[in-house]
Amino acid sequence: MPYHARIHHVKPILGFLLLGGLTGILLAAPLVVLLFRGTEVGLQGYLSDPSVLDAARLSLWTSVISLLITLVLGTPLAYTLARWSFRHKNWVEIVIDLPIVLPPLVAGIGLLLTFGRNGFLGSILDQMGIHLPFTTMAVIFAQTFVSAPLFIRAARLGFANIPPELIEAAYTDGVTELFLFWHIMLPLASRAMLNGMILSWSRAFGEFGATVIFAGNLQGVTQTMPLAIFQGFEVNLGTALAISLLLILMSAAVIFSLRKVEKETILSN
Amino acid sequence: MFKNLLSILLIGVFFLAGCGSPATATPAAAAVEEVTLKVFAPSSLTDAAKELAANFEASNPNVKVIIEFGHSPTQRLQFTEGATGDVFITAAQKDMDDAITDTTVAAGTAAVIASNQLVIILSPKNASNLQKLEDLANPGVKLLVANTDTPIGKVTLLAFDKMNEQFGDGFKDKVMANIVSNEPGVKPIVSKVKLDEADAGIVYISDAVSAPDLKTIVIPAELNMVTKLNAAPLAKSENPALAATFTAYLVSTEGQAVLQKWGFLPGTP
Repeated sequence: MPYHARIHHVKPILGFLLLGGLTGILLAAPLVVLLFRGTEVGLQGYLSDPSVLDAARLSLWTSVISLLITLVLGTPLAYTLARWSFRHKNWVEIVIDLPIVLPPLVAGIGLLLTFGRNGFLGSILDQMGIHLPFTTMAVIFAQTFVSAPLFIRAARLGFANIPPELIEAAYTDGVTELFLFWHIMLPLASRAMLNGMILSWSRAFGEFGATVIFAGNLQGVTQTMPLAIFQGFEVNLGTALAISLLLILMSAAVIFSLRKVEKETILSN
Repeated sequence: MFKNLLSILLIGVFFLAGCGSPATATPAAAAVEEVTLKVFAPSSLTDAAKELAANFEASNPNVKVIIEFGHSPTQRLQFTEGATGDVFITAAQKDMDDAITDTTVAAGTAAVIASNQLVIILSPKNASNLQKLEDLANPGVKLLVANTDTPIGKVTLLAFDKMNEQFGDGFKDKVMANIVSNEPGVKPIVSKVKLDEADAGIVYISDAVSAPDLKTIVIPAELNMVTKLNAAPLAKSENPALAATFTAYLVSTEGQAVLQKWGFLPGTP
C-alpha cells in the first residue's frame, strides 16, 4: 500500500495544493451543478415514468452483463499479454488499446459494418437467422467493445507487476500453470483487476455513441439511460436532468461499493 | 523519458502557435472587416443550407456564414441556456412558436421559408418486398422512424393516425410494432436504410432528394403531414441588420430556387 504523508507544512507544497485544488474544483463543478439542478427538478415525478424506469433497468443489467463478459473474456487475454511474449505482440497491444481512444461513434459505425445485416461477420450471422442491430444484444456488444480495453489494460499491468521471483518460486514448488494462475496470480492482481472493473463498468454504463449507432434507440429494448437523457434533452431539460441525477447516483453507488471491495482486498492481502 | 515527451509536446504547441499568427494577421490587412453570421438550422436542411450560405457569401463578400446543424428543440434549449447566434431556422412551426414564446425570437420577425412532407425510403435490397404504403404493416418489416419527440417524429405519428383511419384493421399498432428504433434524427435513418440494416424509414421528401439512389414510396397528400420550416433573426444577434437580410434572402426568388432544388416545397402553396 502506498505511503501517505500527513500535511505538516503547507508552504513548501503550496504549488501542488493550489493547482491540485483548482483541478479538483473544475472537475467537480459540472457534477455539483447537475446534482443541484437535478434536485431542484426532483426525482419523484420521473421515477414513476415507465421510460425512465425501463432505461434504468436496461442500463443496469446490460452494463453488468458487459462487465461479466469483459471479465471472462478479458482476463485470459490480459494474462497472456502480461506473461508471455510472442511475435508482433506490440501490434496486438496497440489494436486492443485502440478502442479506448476511438470516438464511440466510430466504434458504432465499425460494429454496424462488421456485425450488421450486410456486415463482414453479420452476413454469416444473418444466414443463421441472427440479427444483432436494434437488439439488446447489440447494446451489450457496443458496451463491451468500448469498455473491455480499459479492463484488459488495467489487468495486464496488474499481472505484469507481480515479481517474477514469485512465479519462479511457484515453479520450483512444482505447481501447474492453472494453479499458478488461479491461486497465486489472480489474487495478487485482484486489486488492479478491480480497478479495471470500475473503469470498465463506468464506461459501459455511460456508453452512448456506439449504442445509438449500432443498437438504435427503442424504449425497453435498446434505450439505455444515456440515450434517454439525449431524448429527454429534446423535450424538456427536466427529464434529462432527472435521469442524469439518477445516473450519477447509481454510478456513485456502484463505484463506492467496488472501492469498498477493493479496500477489503488490500487488507486481506 | 517523461521529460522528452514533455518537450515534444511543447515543441508541438509552439509550432501550432507559429502557424496561427500569420492567419490572424490577414484580416487586419484586408480592407473590409469580415463579419461572421451564425445560423442554426435543422439537419434536414443540410445540403440546401450549405448552398444557400455559399450563395449568400458570394453576394456579400465580407460575410462568412457558419451553420450549426441540429435538432430545433435542442437548439432552442441551447439559446435559453446562453448559446448565441444570428439566425434560427426551425424544422417546424411549433419550434418557432416556442422560440417566440421564450423571447429567443422577437414576435413578427419569423417567416415561413419552405414546407416539407413525409416519404418512405426503401433499403436497396428491399428484403421485406415493400410495394405500397399498406405493406408497412406487414409483420417483420424493420422500420426506422425519427424519435417521437423530434418535429419529424411527431408528424410521423400524426400521419400514422391518418393512415389508420384509411386502412383500419389496427394499421397503426402493427406499424408501431415494426419500429425497430426511434433514431435521433433523419440523417441516421437514411444512413441505416442505405446500409440495408433496416427495410424502410420515414423521412422528409428533402432527405430522399439528397439520397437519390434510394427507392421511395410516396405518401398521398391526404395521408401526409406538412411541416413548415421557419426562419427568423435571433433577438440577441449582434448583427440584427445582416441577420434580417439573410432571412429575407431565404424567402427571395433566389433562395426559394435553391430550397426547391433540394426537394423542399414552397412555404405557402
